[in-house]
Amino acid sequence: MINITIDNKPLQVEKGITILKAARAAGVEIPTLCYYELDGIILENRPGGCRICVVEVEGRRNLAPACATEVMEGMKINTHSLRVVNARRTVLEMILSDHPADCLICPKSGNCELQDLAQRLGVREIPYQGEQSTYRKDTSRAIIRDIDKCVMCRRCETVCNVWQTVGALSAVNRGFEAVVAPAFEQDLEKSPCTYCGQCIMACPVGALSEVDNTRQVITAISNPKKTVIVQTAPAVRVALGEEFGYEPGTIVTGKMAAALRKIGFDYVFDTDFAADLTIMEEGTELLTRISKFMAGDKNVKLPILTSCCPGWVNFFETNYPDMLDVPSTAKSPQQMFGAVAKNYWADKLGIKREDMVVVSIMPCVAKKFECSRDEFKENGNPDVDFALTTRELAELIRQFNIDFESLEEADFDKPLGESTGAAVIFGATGGVIEAATRTAYEIFTKKSLPKIDFEELRGLEGVRKATVDFDGTPIHIGIAHGLANARKLLDEVRTGKSNFHAIEVMACPGGCIGGAGQPFHHGDFSIIEKRFAAIYREDAGKAIRKSHENPFITALYKDWLVEPCGEISHHLLHTHYFDKSKHIEVEG
Amino acid sequence: MAKFKMHLLICGGTGCNASQSQEIAQNLKNGLKDKGLENEVQVILTGCFGFCEKGPIVKVMPDNTFYTEVKPEDAREIIEEHVVKGRKVTRLLYVDPENKQQVADSKHMGFYKKQLRIALRNCGFIDPENIEEYISEDGYSALAKCLGEMKPEEVVKEIKLSGLRGRGGGGFPTGLKWEIAAGNHADQKYVVCNADEGDPGAFMDRSILEGDPHSVIEAMAINGYAIGATKGLVYIRAEYPLAIKRLLTALEQARTFGLLGKDIFGSGFDFDIELRYGAGAFVCGEETALIHSMEGMRGEPTFKPPFPAQEGYNKKPTNVNNVETYANIPIIINKGAEWFNKIGTEKSKGTKVFALAGQINNVGLIEVPMGITLREIIYEIGGGIKDGRQFKAVQTGGPSGGCLTSAHLDTPIDYDNLIAVGSMMGSGGMVVMDETSCMVAIAKFYLEFTVEESCGKCSPCRIGNKRLYEILEKITKGNGTMEDLDNLANLSRVIKDTALCGLGQTSPNPVLSTIENFYDEYVEHIKDKKCRAGVCKSLMQYVVDPVACVGCTACARNCPVNAIQGEKKMPHVISTELCIKCGACIEKCKFGAISIQ
Amino acid sequence: MAKVKLAESKINKIKEICANFGNLPGEAINVLHKVQGEFGYLPAEVQEVVAHELNVSVAHIYGIVTFYSFFTMLPKGEHPISVCTGTACYVRGAEKVLDEFKRELKIAVGETTADGKFSISCLRCVGACGLAPVVLIGEKVYGRVTPDGVKDILNEYRNA
Repeated sequence: MINITIDNKPLQVEKGITILKAARAAGVEIPTLCYYELDGIILENRPGGCRICVVEVEGRRNLAPACATEVMEGMKINTHSLRVVNARRTVLEMILSDHPADCLICPKSGNCELQDLAQRLGVREIPYQGEQSTYRKDTSRAIIRDIDKCVMCRRCETVCNVWQTVGALSAVNRGFEAVVAPAFEQDLEKSPCTYCGQCIMACPVGALSEVDNTRQVITAISNPKKTVIVQTAPAVRVALGEEFGYEPGTIVTGKMAAALRKIGFDYVFDTDFAADLTIMEEGTELLTRISKFMAGDKNVKLPILTSCCPGWVNFFETNYPDMLDVPSTAKSPQQMFGAVAKNYWADKLGIKREDMVVVSIMPCVAKKFECSRDEFKENGNPDVDFALTTRELAELIRQFNIDFESLEEADFDKPLGESTGAAVIFGATGGVIEAATRTAYEIFTKKSLPKIDFEELRGLEGVRKATVDFDGTPIHIGIAHGLANARKLLDEVRTGKSNFHAIEVMACPGGCIGGAGQPFHHGDFSIIEKRFAAIYREDAGKAIRKSHENPFITALYKDWLVEPCGEISHHLLHTHYFDKSKHIEVEG
Repeated sequence: MAKFKMHLLICGGTGCNASQSQEIAQNLKNGLKDKGLENEVQVILTGCFGFCEKGPIVKVMPDNTFYTEVKPEDAREIIEEHVVKGRKVTRLLYVDPENKQQVADSKHMGFYKKQLRIALRNCGFIDPENIEEYISEDGYSALAKCLGEMKPEEVVKEIKLSGLRGRGGGGFPTGLKWEIAAGNHADQKYVVCNADEGDPGAFMDRSILEGDPHSVIEAMAINGYAIGATKGLVYIRAEYPLAIKRLLTALEQARTFGLLGKDIFGSGFDFDIELRYGAGAFVCGEETALIHSMEGMRGEPTFKPPFPAQEGYNKKPTNVNNVETYANIPIIINKGAEWFNKIGTEKSKGTKVFALAGQINNVGLIEVPMGITLREIIYEIGGGIKDGRQFKAVQTGGPSGGCLTSAHLDTPIDYDNLIAVGSMMGSGGMVVMDETSCMVAIAKFYLEFTVEESCGKCSPCRIGNKRLYEILEKITKGNGTMEDLDNLANLSRVIKDTALCGLGQTSPNPVLSTIENFYDEYVEHIKDKKCRAGVCKSLMQYVVDPVACVGCTACARNCPVNAIQGEKKMPHVISTELCIKCGACIEKCKFGAISIQ
Repeated sequence: MAKVKLAESKINKIKEICANFGNLPGEAINVLHKVQGEFGYLPAEVQEVVAHELNVSVAHIYGIVTFYSFFTMLPKGEHPISVCTGTACYVRGAEKVLDEFKRELKIAVGETTADGKFSISCLRCVGACGLAPVVLIGEKVYGRVTPDGVKDILNEYRNA
């Protein structure tokens, strides 16, 4: 411990920490902008570039960035001296002088860290007017880049390159023209972007945002000819409450279902139902592959990789085109739901698929991209029409002036709204593989699980490895969240160093609960931890916790699908992957 | 150099090269051959003599005869008259601008009299492409001394005692830097020579590398020994092809002579050097940016600590020094810290090389002891202001420095004094200005440079400097307000206080120093819409004097935008709306009828 | 699958250069220097191949290319004109010389004439300050250039 003084307050702090952390621990709030940290996954962006967090350190010639300056014995720090206040405000005015003032219609309005700063530092006018950076707006199928608003905090660049190793973004140009962009400042769709959207999560301003589909959804609902069906992903129910002032980790499943019904959806169903279905398909596929592999079939590859996460699917299609036969062919729950809805349920209702609109509520931005994929359409009509994020749903609830707090809890509609605890845990890293293990174990061993909770598969470390005893047969399981971590496991597989039977990958921190469609956490990792805990609470509270025990799933097979990985499943519930890597070819 | 009776030294620096010095050398060699003198007189293409204004230079040794502005066709006369007959070619001798007298040899030239050449000791004297010439000037003896007689810590101590400070701009004590790097233990350390000279108007590093590359190589090896590094890197501008070529030649020769490589002088010390090329980014002169650039990344600076001495190239302890700093090292080791310590002022020891440029008679590269005054440099070495005009300002330190006035002419120059008067040493650019320079425009010129060269990482530099530039432009266009002046001052102070690296922290200096020293000129631009130097086009009007105009139509015919109207033999009139102030009419008017108001 | 098309000889040349630098990402700048030396400029396809060989993202390579003024994505003219706008040249009238080149060739800085003969760029100090203002055409240095002399200099190349 060393002795320092912050604003005349003598303090004992840990050696090696930054002034910012020392100040925060002492309850002194120093404003920041470019600094971004998710301590739970050891992700840090502190280029020391924005200069908003500058403080005065006695004896130093210049002001020091609190986020990047380590405390030293005897350091005397002033966080709000006249010199600091003037400098901080002037720097902010500079930043604002190169930022569009269209807060009225900005997607980040209300969630914008720059807007907060302007309020907090009392900026009422911008004395330094001048040229503003202007760039072409880039709208992809999931992410919108409006980089006129970029403040060069570099958070997106760090997330894209360090946490995800996607490499879609880099700082380009220099000086006043410097900005973060894809190669050649081309559109994202021409880049290796996976649409994980973590750049949106990190962006302090409105330079990066998701494509907004709320207007199309309202139009669909107001069209009397359309039957509009909604499905909600597992991770949404543990985060949506945050948008309405609930403590992170509050489970609002019932209120959410009630709100959706109030908005006017004809059927309020649950993606969790499709998650159970996914386990049936993927679990069966896993067991088949393991059995064949163990029987010595050389055509069978292990490990099997989960394929629920669309960011992850985009990632391996771009980076591992040589391994497209390794992932499970099972569609994601969103797409399984869409396929069931537009085929099975449309039939039941006796309507044409064109007259049905399937909307999904997702914690995810990549789901917008996923549902737009051609292979998930029939004659141009998509299985899932629109994927809304958790934030967009909150937006809708506000637009409809629904008093969320006073809503009576409601149930999902049947039959596609019924699910098990195994489906709920899809929302957290390790959850899919745990759900699959619960089912695969019982089918493989033909015994009932002695203990339903696989603690060894849970946690928030980036890469986790565990071996599950299938009644004498050890099954090796790998789990990664974050694509950099996934890359580590995949490279082991590629080089033949891996002995995994199955690997689960989720692109976002903590899995879907930390997805880019969730309420903004602004770098507060404890929010993700609370959602994580809530997911397992929801699971524990469920009467049925194994997918194969979901009676509506059993009924669906009886009524329509016949058997997992059977003929109909093959057509409707499984998919294949495409090589999306770049190929250098000889011209001519 | 012993076996020859006479040497003809020709400057082979970039400047003189551009003025055909290669051809001169060839003609001299051919001429000597014709006379059968090739074994008695040697022609040597050397590094820069410094006196670029009058290049190309041919110097005859041993009598120090100094021929200026030599042309290839003069070679024959030099050989026939000087070499053969022993008579000086008087028409090629330097003429003192003061007394119009010819000066027979360089020792009596004002340009050289006040100079003290330590870093440049070999530039212009030896053939930089021949290691033996360097060795004959005590070359590599300092390295031998270090490896043979001194412990690494003794080398560090010697440099510390000498008081040498970094010549790249910051003035950080070199010995202390070495000591810190020596104190950090690692399996690999690096020594880096910063040759990314980017200050527009400074070219001392290039001249040293072109004229005396071995001094830098030797110094880097000494540095490596002192801090425990076996690898050296030179980060050099790709725009310096001649310096690169000579450095590569020198490295090859040093390896052949066993002065680089394994087990140098049988001491067990290994050291070698590689080159890394800059790619045109001024900010890479900042050491953390330089290291990132060497690592193959965008040359963006990072905050310190960690300092490169702790965590530098490839995350290993790295010592970065500039070319000129290195050029001082061998001679300090040879002559001793005490010798060096006696030169200069209390806190700034030794000499400094300056690139003297601008409206001055003797443009060139000079090396002077610390503590010399600006007056001595400008009027004695520089030969005064060009065309008899009045001195107005001198800019030191390049884009990081400031503009000083006649009030500062007698200030002894050293690191601390320059900072005290609002400028800085920088890498050694020194641009002299007369009344034809507008100080607002000069501030704008430097800001334009900074805006172009800012890496864009931190907000104050990326946006703040742009705003400074825009305000200056507004003022030079005649649209400035007094409030703009306040904004300039506040922005400048905040940028200095908050920018991430040295580039941003010093970039407002040209603005602050011109506001401080030439406030009236700013006010004139703002209130009177006048530019007294006649530089700011928007504030000028071209006017035809109807009395002097004879109506020859020359101006009207040459006006690129047809802004001049008038009948033949009648006074012409310039339309101020159409006029683009290009000045073509003034140049064409033979009657002095057009003036700027 | 996105395709990057380039002539085989070029692909091989780039691969060779990258291999000479051990295909190390840390050598990106050295590689780009060599590649630009080979092709004169660094078009997008070339950067794609470099990125592929060094196993880094092409955004990363583009980030480097756009950071350093020495690298260019546009082909330069047959006779690239570089006007020194360093301080020494500036105070001795480099701006007027630059303006004259622009006017004569009807192009702006950074552009190439339609016939591909000339391009104009600015550079900071070639270190021939004694000759200020200085202009480089290709490797050749012209010293003490005046606006009047611009036409003559260009004529040396116009008919060549």
